[in-house]
Amino acid sequence: MTVAVNPTQTGEPVFYLADEHPHPEGYSTSLGFWIYLMSDCLIFAILFATFGVLGGNYAAGPAPKDLFELPLVAVNTSMLLLSSITYGFAMLTMQQNKIGQTQMWLAITGLFGAAFIGIELSEFAHMIHEGATPQRSAFLSAFFTLVGTHGLHVTCGLIWLVTLMVQVWKFGLIEANRRRLMCLSMFWHFLDVVWIGVFTFVYLLGVLR
Amino acid sequence: MSPDVLKLIFGRLTFESLPLHEPIVVATFAVVATGGLVMLAGLTYFRLWGYLWSEWFTSVDHKRIGIMYMILGIVMLLRGFADALMMRLQQALAFGGSEGYLNAHHYDQVFTAHGVIMIFFVAMPLVTGLMNFVVPLQIGARDVSFPFLNNFSFWMTVGGAVLVMASLFIGEFARTGWLAYPPLSNIGYSPDVGVDYYIWGLQVAGVGTTLSGINLICTIVKLRCPGMTMMRMPVFTWTALCTNVLIVASFPVLTVVLALLSLDRYVGTNFFTNDFGGSPMMYVNLIWIWGHPEVYILVLPAFGIFSEVTSTFSGKRLFGYTSMVYATVVITILSYLVWLHHFFTMGSGASVNSFFGITTMIISIPTGAKMFNWLFTMYRGRIRFELPMMWTIAFMLTFVLGGMTGVLLAVPPADFVLHNSLFLIAHFHNVIIGGVVFGAFAGIGYWFPKAFGFKLDPFWGKLSFWFWVTGFYLAFMPLYVLGLMGVTRRLRVFDDPSLQIWFIVAGIGAFLVFLGILSMLMQFAVSFLRREQLKDVTGDPWDARTLEWATSSPPPAYNFAFTPVVHDNDAWWDMKRRGYQRPLLGFKPIHMPSSTGTGIILAGFATAMGFGLIWYIWWLAAASFIAMLAVGIGHTFNYHRDFDIPADDVIRTEDARTKLLAGAK
Repeated sequence: MTVAVNPTQTGEPVFYLADEHPHPEGYSTSLGFWIYLMSDCLIFAILFATFGVLGGNYAAGPAPKDLFELPLVAVNTSMLLLSSITYGFAMLTMQQNKIGQTQMWLAITGLFGAAFIGIELSEFAHMIHEGATPQRSAFLSAFFTLVGTHGLHVTCGLIWLVTLMVQVWKFGLIEANRRRLMCLSMFWHFLDVVWIGVFTFVYLLGVLR
Repeated sequence: MSPDVLKLIFGRLTFESLPLHEPIVVATFAVVATGGLVMLAGLTYFRLWGYLWSEWFTSVDHKRIGIMYMILGIVMLLRGFADALMMRLQQALAFGGSEGYLNAHHYDQVFTAHGVIMIFFVAMPLVTGLMNFVVPLQIGARDVSFPFLNNFSFWMTVGGAVLVMASLFIGEFARTGWLAYPPLSNIGYSPDVGVDYYIWGLQVAGVGTTLSGINLICTIVKLRCPGMTMMRMPVFTWTALCTNVLIVASFPVLTVVLALLSLDRYVGTNFFTNDFGGSPMMYVNLIWIWGHPEVYILVLPAFGIFSEVTSTFSGKRLFGYTSMVYATVVITILSYLVWLHHFFTMGSGASVNSFFGITTMIISIPTGAKMFNWLFTMYRGRIRFELPMMWTIAFMLTFVLGGMTGVLLAVPPADFVLHNSLFLIAHFHNVIIGGVVFGAFAGIGYWFPKAFGFKLDPFWGKLSFWFWVTGFYLAFMPLYVLGLMGVTRRLRVFDDPSLQIWFIVAGIGAFLVFLGILSMLMQFAVSFLRREQLKDVTGDPWDARTLEWATSSPPPAYNFAFTPVVHDNDAWWDMKRRGYQRPLLGFKPIHMPSSTGTGIILAGFATAMGFGLIWYIWWLAAASFIAMLAVGIGHTFNYHRDFDIPADDVIRTEDARTKLLAGAK
């Protein structure tokens, strides 16, 4: 807010705003959400650090080479990356006030997200079936926790996405809903960035290890 | 009913879980239950439930939430201090073959609970409460950035406290020490509910703390009134900003490390186990990466309080404002680079230990700069020895002493001798009591008239002050001596009879502190009874300097009828000096957030979920989780969370103040 804080022309200093306007609704939201994302980023940072320290402790159990199927992970990664693109389309159509198209892109984003979760769960199930359970070694504990925490975040994102679609459907693209879509957008892209870290450090480097 | 059905309903909670075999706990329960029933009956008799619910529990007003945090902190102080007295008594008695009066099982819970409660549920609520109450007023704002979140954060903190308190009467608390190091805290060595109470109590409260950190950062960054640039913010607001940055940047670490410990305990993963590749040292590192910033989270706001108090009661502008701000920021950053000094003895090697030893010593430089700034503020000032100023001077003497023993401990070779000794215990009580507790008391004395409209009674306050200060020295100086003689912490019985006298002196000290706490409660009661004589009608009882004193005591719900405009660091002092006239006309409706019960309901479900997880009552945990999700999502369907205070109400409130002010002259 810019106001005259200098003394008025009569030389009297101004000590209060006689005519003020309240901060618009959601004035602090984007900053607050950014700070939240950074705190969440720290959660992932610690999980990455834990994986970095414990990731080589196989305890005579299976190693990344024995477990990871890179082609499947590549498909999974593309699901998430595509979902980020489609979320971008949803935001573009939101700017143009096209409710129908926004909802459509949101739904597609949700489908990609659900596909990602589905593939991840089947990968987990396969590993556990082979005896590579989270209890088997510190490496597997760290692996399941890091990747699982990311998956849990995507699941929360999906619940949030559905909630927002209902809200857009009920109340339209009002200011509050736009702000919420914006926050979810940041959250969704953030998870994408984290996944790129997971893909690189856990899967690619793991197979090289 | 068959045991299987019972197990399905109650998890591992059985009649044997109730500590009926511990007479001390049973007696405590009787006292607490009677007291609780009397209080509940009183509230019902005076028909206060509706008032409490609508005006306090569901309030999103930062001032009320701040006051509720302070009440929580003071109530929990009584519990945490009761633990301290029990330990002092045990250690004073258990000599010459005597086992004292506490068995090992109980004693280990007492010292764990003491640490956890004092840090998380006394110091944190006191600090958060003061920040909540003061910061929006100091920056000329009407509330925090996210008022609903503020209410929710408070109730989550209460939820954590409730879980920790519940462990006293249902089951038991951890017997691991306040940081619950594995492998001791892992399921193999602590199969009972104690560590689970610890984990879920801290997780529930931790959510509240993190959210309140985000909230206050946003408030300070976005809601400052016109003219208040960053370098015109009061120093307390600066320290609050740095503290909340530390909260947001460190509490997620605690969340993760406790989550990993829970996975080890509940799922059987191998993060911190001795076998299958786990590493207990990982836990120790991670928890101190949170734990060291935590001590600065507590002490920085105290530094802010002392800055406000010193300049107000010296009648001078704070000396070296800019250096004070930079010192605060430097401490904020350095607090992340010292965590390893908590375990020099764990074999990191000479180079790593030297690095962390040196960074630790460097922290004393900005802290020393602050000390000199306060001294120079007092120099040639017209010092008024009101209670807040007395606490400040006691702080300066005590904290310098504690700081010096800290620098001593920062030398790795010395630390190898003193590690985990009573010298360490004396050191950190020296800085936490001398810094955080004295700071909180200075803050309470200083802002009490702002919050309630009357000053605290000085007689009982001074009594409390002298009991506390002498009690503190008597209680902890002997511990330095004992530590140098090699006595380690957390011991329950002693062989060497020559040590007993030091423990008896320490016990006397603790008893004096007890009298100090009683005097303080007496002070609140007497001040309430004498509130007419102690009344503050001006809103500025100390002739103070910052914006919170520009409005009435207690401030109206909207804080300021018109948003102030600031031209100077000491904004209110500047306004007084330049003949500011309080506006009497032209009031408008004021836009404010509405109260909501969602926060307390959500926190209630979170606490129930924690309880379910602690006792393996899975249906309760699942149901509470789903309820939390439903209530949380339901809340987002409410788009109308604000209302306008009508102009007539503002006029009425402001006219009443005009009359009061006229009467004061």
